[in-house]
Amino acid sequence: MSGIPHDHYEPKSNGEKWLHSRLPIVGLLYDTLMIPTPKNLNWMWIWGIVLVFCLVLQIVTGVVLAMHYTPQVDLAFASVEHIMRNVNGGYMLRYMHMNGASLFFVAVYAHIFRGLYYGSYKAPREVTWIIGMLIYLLMMATGFMGYVLPWGQMSFWGATVITGLFGAIPFIGEGLQTFLLGGPAVDNATLNRFFSLHYLLPFLIAGLVIVHVWAFHSTGNNNPTGVDVRKGSKEEAEKDTLPFWPYFVIKDLFALAVILVVFFAVVGFMPNYLGHPDNYIEANALSTPAHIVPEWYFLPFYAILRAFTSEVWVVQIASFVTGGIIDAKFFGVLAMFGAIAVMALVPWLDTSSVRSGRYRPMFKMWFALLVIDFFALMWLGAMPAEEPYATFSLIASAYWFGYFLVILPLLGVIEKPDAQPATIEDDFAANVARTGSAKSAAASQPAE
Amino acid sequence: MFKKIALGAAVAFGLAGGAYAAGGEAHVENFDFPFDGPFGTYDTNQLQRGLKIYTEVCSACHGLQYIALRTLSDEGGPSLPQDQMRAYAEQFEVFDPELDDFRPATPVDHFAGSALENAPDLSLMAKARAGFHGPYGLGINQFLKGMGGAEYIATLLLAYEDPPSCAPEDFEGYYNTAFTAGGYPEACKDEEGHHMYPGSWIAMAPPLYGEDVDYADGTSNDIRQEAQDVAAFLMWTAEPKLSQRKQAGFVGVMFLTILSVLLYLTNKRLWAPIKKKYKRKD
Repeated sequence: MSGIPHDHYEPKSNGEKWLHSRLPIVGLLYDTLMIPTPKNLNWMWIWGIVLVFCLVLQIVTGVVLAMHYTPQVDLAFASVEHIMRNVNGGYMLRYMHMNGASLFFVAVYAHIFRGLYYGSYKAPREVTWIIGMLIYLLMMATGFMGYVLPWGQMSFWGATVITGLFGAIPFIGEGLQTFLLGGPAVDNATLNRFFSLHYLLPFLIAGLVIVHVWAFHSTGNNNPTGVDVRKGSKEEAEKDTLPFWPYFVIKDLFALAVILVVFFAVVGFMPNYLGHPDNYIEANALSTPAHIVPEWYFLPFYAILRAFTSEVWVVQIASFVTGGIIDAKFFGVLAMFGAIAVMALVPWLDTSSVRSGRYRPMFKMWFALLVIDFFALMWLGAMPAEEPYATFSLIASAYWFGYFLVILPLLGVIEKPDAQPATIEDDFAANVARTGSAKSAAASQPAE
Repeated sequence: MFKKIALGAAVAFGLAGGAYAAGGEAHVENFDFPFDGPFGTYDTNQLQRGLKIYTEVCSACHGLQYIALRTLSDEGGPSLPQDQMRAYAEQFEVFDPELDDFRPATPVDHFAGSALENAPDLSLMAKARAGFHGPYGLGINQFLKGMGGAEYIATLLLAYEDPPSCAPEDFEGYYNTAFTAGGYPEACKDEEGHHMYPGSWIAMAPPLYGEDVDYADGTSNDIRQEAQDVAAFLMWTAEPKLSQRKQAGFVGVMFLTILSVLLYLTNKRLWAPIKKKYKRKD
């Protein structure tokens, strides 16, 4: 695998040879774990392990929670309270699962923006990127349906609003919405199918994760310079790389342990901080909460959804041209899914031949703006739909699309990139020299 | 470059968390509860006083349907002795479908539901309300002071005031400066429809006046003390495992910190020979 020359598994004992000739599974595990990995990976390359941990955590806690949970509208809310009060350790299981979802999304956003900055989506890693985007979509679907299961007020009304988006699709929308809900409104049938799918989708994610890992093991990891590993000979490749085990496993586990310190502090000391208080009120179809807000990880896209109202001229033109088929609501839905679609298409929208943002002076600025834009959208998504937030949302949404559809294609043409290091080894040596000399300089300075 | 962005992102994320500052801007007082902070636990005596207020005042209308009577004896809760808890349970009548008749409640039964249809169940009320919001919907106040559910309840019980003069004499409900979800007379709004006075009109008549119950432990039964006691009790009904949870969190943080240090040292030693090759020889 990976096209980088390296040692392969050689069965030694007779037993190993016997198994290897029938099922080379040990060899597969060996090659996966010993994959040559660029020496110079920085701390933004730890999120993959964190994400794998999150998936396992969510599946393990989720399977146990499912043993005590009842997906029925009259019993669901009470069964969650049963878990919180009577099940041994149930309160920890549930709070870990609840906050585990947040950790999952923190990690996935860090992972995605890492990829966007260092050009990890560029050839030959387009397929890795696309599969990653599919995983992200499935994560959102799973997170959304999981939030419905406790059957609180925000569960119910969040489900009503989000499934209502499908109702905005012209011609087939209403039928589609009814099909998704299993009836005219969010009710027992909806809760049942959401529970069923919430249990299924994580296993699809697990399958896609294997394909995701397989894909970047075929191309080799990207790295902070974006420069390719030298593949001329094994000796040459070994100058640029180290085996994943033990060098990167230990490094990643260290990072994971630090992140888990923060995670346990949140679970132990403020488990409801990221939740909404209204979800501790049982769902009531007759009482609409004052503000319906999705979980924090959906807020950026929720802001884009709400930004395109009927007063926006783009919406008016779209409505006029299509004879009213694309109204403001449908436009918002298209914009929301479009915002994810442009991100998925970024391998073909970025025209620059330089992978890493580190050597792209203009790109750096626009990228920093994109990160700020993302957090601005997250904030705006939680604000009420009124001025001045509506105008801000529109500007922030416009930048999101502008970055992917205009800025990235143009930058590749007009930007003059900085010089890149010749090899990964050079970058690694420079890093070691820099941190080493910084330390000795600090040590030689007199205390003030 | 990326480090700076990541740092900014981390800070901004911390701010964006808990960004759900729904509701009005009524002021909620930050009471000093014994269960505040990472090491705070419930005060058994306070929970018993709160139980007394709930029993003698609140339970006339409000229920606690998710709370099993046996949990009154749980450690970390009101910790009633078993015989007291049984005696407490027996004062309630529950309908038993097997007997098809009423019988005295046993420890495995739950508190009754709400007696009045429009009186909400109080089991989870302390988690269903956030006392602290903002600033600007960023939720920093919640990060510093906690969610503030118990603070909200105590403040609300103390926030009944004489209605402003703009309100019609016969306007339905009771003026409460902490309650934002109630009715509001048109006469008290300015031209743009903004409320001129904090709070709104709540359907619940003032439940506490001070000296509503007699405390056996000699604690003052003024209204401020009563409001805090019942709020603390309702925090316990909403989050009975608070102490165990904080303990689990503390153990987790402690062991993972040790693990982090060990992994840091392992990682350093593992990479040292690799890095040594590239150290400048000066």
